[in-house]
Amino acid sequence: MTSESTTARVTLSHLDELWFQVTGTRCNLTCNHCFISCSPHNNSFGFLSRTEIQNSLEESKQLGVKGYYFTGGEPFLHSEMVEILEDTLQIGPATVLTNATVLKDEWLQRLQQAQSESRYSLEFRVSIDGFDAETNDPIRGEGTFARAIRGVEKLVHAGFLPIITATRTWKDSEDSSMLSGFISMLKQRGYSQPRIKLLPTLKLGAEQNRSGGYSEQQRVTGAMLQDYDRSQLVCEHSRIVTDRGVHVCPILIESPDALLSNDLTTAAQKPYTLSHGACFTCYQYGAICSNISTGSGPSGASS
Amino acid sequence: MSVRLALFGGIYNNYLALEAALKAAKALGVDEYYCLGDIGAFGPFPDRSFPLLYENQVHCIQGNYDDSIGNQLDNCQCGYTDPRDNYFAQISYDYTLENTNADNQKFLRGLEKERVLKIEEQKILLCHGSPRKTNEFLWESTTPLHFLELFFHQREVDCIAGTHTGIKWHANTSLGQFVNVGVLGRPENDGTTNVWFTTLDISRDGIQHNFHPVVYDYDRLSREMQLEGLPDEFIETIQTGRWTTCLEVLPQKERQRLNH
Ligand code: SF4
Ligand code: SF4
Ligand SMILES: [Fe+2]
Repeated sequence: MTSESTTARVTLSHLDELWFQVTGTRCNLTCNHCFISCSPHNNSFGFLSRTEIQNSLEESKQLGVKGYYFTGGEPFLHSEMVEILEDTLQIGPATVLTNATVLKDEWLQRLQQAQSESRYSLEFRVSIDGFDAETNDPIRGEGTFARAIRGVEKLVHAGFLPIITATRTWKDSEDSSMLSGFISMLKQRGYSQPRIKLLPTLKLGAEQNRSGGYSEQQRVTGAMLQDYDRSQLVCEHSRIVTDRGVHVCPILIESPDALLSNDLTTAAQKPYTLSHGACFTCYQYGAICSNISTGSGPSGASS
Repeated sequence: MSVRLALFGGIYNNYLALEAALKAAKALGVDEYYCLGDIGAFGPFPDRSFPLLYENQVHCIQGNYDDSIGNQLDNCQCGYTDPRDNYFAQISYDYTLENTNADNQKFLRGLEKERVLKIEEQKILLCHGSPRKTNEFLWESTTPLHFLELFFHQREVDCIAGTHTGIKWHANTSLGQFVNVGVLGRPENDGTTNVWFTTLDISRDGIQHNFHPVVYDYDRLSREMQLEGLPDEFIETIQTGRWTTCLEVLPQKERQRLNH
């Protein structure tokens, strides 16, 4: 049955968020929960050139895009990342999802300069998977906790207020003690009013779920979308540009049916049928989507 | 000919600031008064703002808070996402709902969500958050001009005015001007204790906006908040001009105003 009532079709209400998979699947780290398996050698998605991004930015103005998001891989492996962000800040606010392990002071100074000359904010989101090396490093790699914190220090030194996104690797009841521990650690490093977002624990479970595959019942149906607040779903207000074209959302870039078009305007007009198991997770835990999305904003498992 | 409007943003129960703003507006020779919504929240004695609005014929637009209080919803619909922000928002909301009488609730329920004024051949759209969503946060540093232009294109107006975020700003786009009128309810996150309202001078030649600081008796407000058992965190904001709650929605630039 594929009638309108049983098909879970989502139409974009407005293109609020435009994402760029700026460094494809290339990352200097190899986190074991990365949902698109980024690594130093994964070239399945390639880099976007500065010119390609400039073209999309230009096209996006007609569509009234509200904010620009850069993810990878690790965006700062791109040799022109600073220039790309400078270009973006000419027309709107930018957010970069980074693992903060490769940042250079000189880049950050330039970016702070670009921000102060712009009317718009440049936000950094730094993912950390635990408040110390013991919890973070087994997931993200040996020594990555110390390197990420060093990156946070550089950001703060350059005058930025990065948003630290931390996955809960502890019991809910330990939330406040973990949070205050992390706050005081960041304060000691010179970050006086840290911005911290805790991500739900279910991410790892969800990733296992995802790789383990979903059962046939775990699909979103049209009926389920009735009276549902669709703005919870990233695909209701976003699209992502990769070197292959424009896809429905950052989560599904590897699925052929999620590649909607070569141009933004067409991709914005195309509705998408929520046919994947991952959509079921989005539907159930809007939080999963917003992890790699904006609003509440924390970054997710690909940065 | 020129017409002068006073536009008040969220009052948040700060009837003392409303009183001071009305007085200041009168001194400026304002022709008409508008409030862009969120009459309740944050401050003490919700019922004290309403007589001032009624007596001075302040035309009100319905904000998210007014919709919630008027219809006795479970929460304020402010649109916060951080758990701590929501915790404090709920304290103000429960207090305000409990202390807003039935007549005032009825008034809030009946308010319109937007209004288009036609004055001196200029069209001005008054809304609370944005023309598309009552509780949309439009911050200066996260609202591209090309995004605003879409609203001017769709609505064919010369000026759009809103509030909701708590910090005033203005932008000229190629199709019209946008103004966030600020709020009377609490100071901006800039370390000063005054609050703000906006006037528009409207003539056939154009629309000129002006932001006006309002100095009011914030010590008295603080004492009354304490008396009513409202959180110390709120009082601190009134006393210092620093936001201590509902802070996580602030974009970096608006947040940096205090960090540097
Ligand atoms: S994975 Fe989530 S955001 Fe992507 S299409 Fe499915 S529901 Fe939409
Ligand atoms: S989760 Fe982020 S940092 Fe880790 S491998 Fe993936 S892209 Fe790189
Ligand atoms: Fe509001």
